[in-house]
Amino acid sequence: MSNEVIITSLFIFALSGFLGLEVIRRVPKLLHTPLMALTNALSAISLVASLYILGTTDETYAQIMGFVAVVCSTINAVGGFLITDKMLRMFKRREPAKSLPQHEVSE
Amino acid sequence: MDRNDWINLAYLVGAVGFALSLKWMSSAPTARRGIFAGEIAFVIAIVATLAHEGFNNTGYVLIAIALAIGTLIGIPMGLKVPMTAMPQRIALSHAFGALAASLVGAAHYLLDWQHLGKFEIAVLGIEMILGALVFTGSLMAAGKLHEILRQRPVVFPGQQMVNLALIVVAVAMVIVLMFQPDATYLIWPILGVSLVFGVMLIIPIGGADMPTVIALLNSYAGLSAAALGIVLDNKLLIVAGALDGMSGLILSIIMCRAMNRSFSNVLFGAFGQDQTGGGEESEMGTYRSASFDEAGELLKMARNVVIVPGYGMAVAQAQHKVAELTEALEKEGIDVRFAIHPVAGRMPGHMNVLLAEANIPYDKLLDMDEINSEFPQVDAVIVLGANDVVNPAARHNKNSPIYGMPILNVDQAQTIFVVKRSMRPGFAGIENELFFNEKTLMVFGDAKEVVGELTTEVSGQRDAISI
Repeated sequence: MSNEVIITSLFIFALSGFLGLEVIRRVPKLLHTPLMALTNALSAISLVASLYILGTTDETYAQIMGFVAVVCSTINAVGGFLITDKMLRMFKRREPAKSLPQHEVSE
Repeated sequence: MDRNDWINLAYLVGAVGFALSLKWMSSAPTARRGIFAGEIAFVIAIVATLAHEGFNNTGYVLIAIALAIGTLIGIPMGLKVPMTAMPQRIALSHAFGALAASLVGAAHYLLDWQHLGKFEIAVLGIEMILGALVFTGSLMAAGKLHEILRQRPVVFPGQQMVNLALIVVAVAMVIVLMFQPDATYLIWPILGVSLVFGVMLIIPIGGADMPTVIALLNSYAGLSAAALGIVLDNKLLIVAGALDGMSGLILSIIMCRAMNRSFSNVLFGAFGQDQTGGGEESEMGTYRSASFDEAGELLKMARNVVIVPGYGMAVAQAQHKVAELTEALEKEGIDVRFAIHPVAGRMPGHMNVLLAEANIPYDKLLDMDEINSEFPQVDAVIVLGANDVVNPAARHNKNSPIYGMPILNVDQAQTIFVVKRSMRPGFAGIENELFFNEKTLMVFGDAKEVVGELTTEVSGQRDAISI
């Protein structure tokens, strides 16, 4: 790999770090657990690397390693997005008028 | 534009989607849109990857099977896990992510070592060490949180020297690899030593420090993904890893600040072990306790009530009972709010998720900074399974292990009810001055049971007990 490619990668790493700092410190404490679940799902994008290895290799050992990696990353991606959504669905504001449920039934 | 350029453009779209996804997490109303953005970006990236040249037919078949298995396991892990098990669920997902990253790193080295420069080998080495230690470390953390393993810290003489030796050996092997890339067999001892290091890193850490440790493992997992991205020249992976790593880092800094401790103190301090000399219980004086109906009567006279939840509420799974108590109090015209310390529970935001699960609107959930100045105007506080985070000793007792930790100033309220099983000190083994405050009334019992009884007393329906 050429030095130019490596330096570009380090650029991206450094700037993404700052982007992360600015974006994530705006996330309220209220949502810190969903945030952890979401970042976990997002970092399961290492799936793209596992897919490439599993798809392009002929070596059995690499196929086994790639296979396990694809399974693990897929679990994190699918499970991570689902659980984040499940949590966020529970966060509700105060309901405006939920009184008198009996009357609502009769109407 | 050739095929690779299109794939990289798709990755760019993915990276923007990820950034938007996190940006929309900054408020509860937009957060679900964030998940949607993340999912779309994810799918685009996966489809683009499958369009790469060089995939063989066996590969496609194996990929299809692996994706199917992962999805089949992922769905129940996303939908079936109860909210009380969330800390160990998150720890487990760090373990999966780290395992995938270290396997891919190792496979890449074994397949392609002839083409790797010194810098790439070094980065790959860091990637494998981080991945392997996060894998076993997170499994240990999940085990402790799920109480398969004992939560008490395990310490022995020379522990830090052993840990240091392990990491030095792992790094030394990576350095050898840089100068002798054909020694591919070194991959296995590097991974092995790092796996052991991950276990050693977590055994001295007690349950109360888990929020920081989970956040820190999150950060390492992200860094490991970013390192993998650098070696594979996959820019999307670099962005995602850096975002994940930064998120974990920010959370662990917040947790450390909320405990007034440093990283090294959390990692090597073995909280709860070194304060045997503090046996001054006799000087604490006497405490008063209240029966359920006394506490209920006093609560009914309050105009506003603040509930302070802690890990004890999670253990007793009392959040739904707490919601019932809230409703009963509000029916009496009493204002109810919740004061949440940043390190309450076992992971960042743990209490908020549990209370949200019990249908408590999130505008009632207040951070320490939002509510601390209001405690003198609060008529009654109910401390439910929280301990160290309300101990006034943190403000003035220089000998206390928690001295300097920011706490919820519940001792300034008019009346404080502390719900607790017994007078036994909490997890960290520190006596709590609050219990001996003249405004404090102890209500003994299991959190769930006590809250249920209080609800009955407040709503005046003696015969409605369901337990």
